Amino acid sequence: MTTTAERPAVQLPPPPKRRRPLLRVSGRRSLTAWLFLTPTLLILIAFTVYPMVQALYLSFTDYNLIRAAQWVGLDNYIELLSDDAFWNAFGNTVLYAAVVTPVTVVLALAFALMLNQAFVGRAFARTAIFLPFIVSLGIIAIAWAFLLDPNIGLLSHWLSLVGIVPEQGWLSDPRYAMAAVMAVGVWKNVGFYMVIFLAGLQSIPVDMYEAARLDGAGVWQRFRNVTLPLLSNQTLLVSVLALIATLQAFDQIYVMTRGGPFFRTETLVMLVYREGFQELRFGYASAISFVLVIFVFILSMVQFGYLRRKQVTY
Amino acid sequence: MAITATRPTGAGKPAGPGTTTTASARRRRPVNTRRAAKWLLAITSIAIGLLMLLPIIWMVFTAFKPESDIVSAPPTLWPRELTLEHFAEVWERIPFARLYVNTIVFAGSVTLISLLFDSMAAYALARLPFKGRAVVMVLILLLLMLPFQVTLIPLYDMLNGMGLTNTLPGLIIPRMTNAFGIFFLTQFFLSLPKDLEEAARMDGASEWRIYWGIILPLSRPALLTLGLFHFQYNWNDLLWPLVMSSSVETSTLPAGLALFMGQHVVEYGLLMAGSLLAMLPVILFFLLIQRSFVAGIATTGLK
Repeated sequence: MTTTAERPAVQLPPPPKRRRPLLRVSGRRSLTAWLFLTPTLLILIAFTVYPMVQALYLSFTDYNLIRAAQWVGLDNYIELLSDDAFWNAFGNTVLYAAVVTPVTVVLALAFALMLNQAFVGRAFARTAIFLPFIVSLGIIAIAWAFLLDPNIGLLSHWLSLVGIVPEQGWLSDPRYAMAAVMAVGVWKNVGFYMVIFLAGLQSIPVDMYEAARLDGAGVWQRFRNVTLPLLSNQTLLVSVLALIATLQAFDQIYVMTRGGPFFRTETLVMLVYREGFQELRFGYASAISFVLVIFVFILSMVQFGYLRRKQVTY
Repeated sequence: MAITATRPTGAGKPAGPGTTTTASARRRRPVNTRRAAKWLLAITSIAIGLLMLLPIIWMVFTAFKPESDIVSAPPTLWPRELTLEHFAEVWERIPFARLYVNTIVFAGSVTLISLLFDSMAAYALARLPFKGRAVVMVLILLLLMLPFQVTLIPLYDMLNGMGLTNTLPGLIIPRMTNAFGIFFLTQFFLSLPKDLEEAARMDGASEWRIYWGIILPLSRPALLTLGLFHFQYNWNDLLWPLVMSSSVETSTLPAGLALFMGQHVVEYGLLMAGSLLAMLPVILFFLLIQRSFVAGIATTGLK
């Protein structure tokens, strides 16, 4: 009984016996599929695809919200090449990604290996490590800024007890501000990647380890030759996710340092925000954001390809 | 030789010549060391857990400290005195109720609408053969690889032209569907067995009935996981509401608190109380469905 898709097949007159109904059915199904996709496609095209194309167009104009867009060709991109602010943000982004990605991935794996054992307090530790991923980075960064306050911050007090005292306070010292926002970046995501690693570890059959043990493999050898290769899928996923996330760092930086001191923590997204929404240079900011696009896109492809080649399949 | 994580070093009991004694000696020794290692592991990981929670613990304790306690050096973790003054004050100093309502409406409606549209699209991609499926799939993957920040400026410009900046619909509409959600659910639907729906199809059930009556109920854990993802992502998001709203009143909690922090001399007691209240729903939501959430990440660990 019931509606649409299948009913006509049943109702159709018998003569052109098989073909007709079958074709009809697949045609109907195809139509149904597009109907199911309609809301999604409309929204994606209007609010993601179109703005992306628009951003590309704007990056060749001098649009600034007040004045209508004037085509300026490659001027924005040429300006970028000699813009110290851009190179500074570019360098900061690379530095941030180059430190935070490997540290987060290695820590996540270490936590996963540790919390894959059975012991009292494991559930607590898993939840505690995962919780930062759930909370708002923009909000908890306020607590971080407070923890690192040179006068009344608890963490900066504790660190001073072991002799680490930045002269102007953690977030206003040009040498330490980046380290501080990096630490918060690692803290925020490590639990999420740990969970992905844990799932991977639990999918490794126990006999693999038994076999390795019988062959006389030690702890390190079992890790190196069983665990790591069998986790390659998760490692690939986690590394790509981590890298892409680091290239888009914004929240804790906005809250903790606003890109300072002396632009030492200004990343590309921070720069896009400043040029776009504070200086209102929409064209120029779009050009910067396109550098980010290309950057994110290429890096995720490269990393994907590299890890895939190293991947072992069983 | 049998080597475990806790290989005994010295020669414990002098191993007898027989293989049996050697084996039993070996087996007994590790039990003790293994137990010690377990405790070491437990203590280390609980310490790590506490350290990870430090900012949250600090936030909670500070929210209950009187201002005089907060500004006294050296700082202490434990409150010397407890007060609720910040919780009373936060509603007056910041338009906190307004922010709260905005955030609930924004995150709540994005979550529900996006779950509906994402799952509809995923159903088509996973279950309905149609021409152009590959094209749509590529589009989704491409959108997954492109950072959303690139759309910020044109999107702001577009919504500004429509008079939707500083409004909730302006915040919500562009988020009503999500490439990650579609990808995630497509993977999940592909992993579901086909028998039930084939039977239903034989009985003449419509595709909508199959989607709504069979696939969605079977996908509860995945939908819950994705729902929490959407909810927490939007509840927590800073950049989007920051761009879309020009005043504290029209933004959401993270943006509102950040704007407040930027405008005033830092009042940490107030900010910590506000932060605590702002983070509570997400934390509670998570603790409630933690199990199925983590299972969801595990199953869609995107193998």
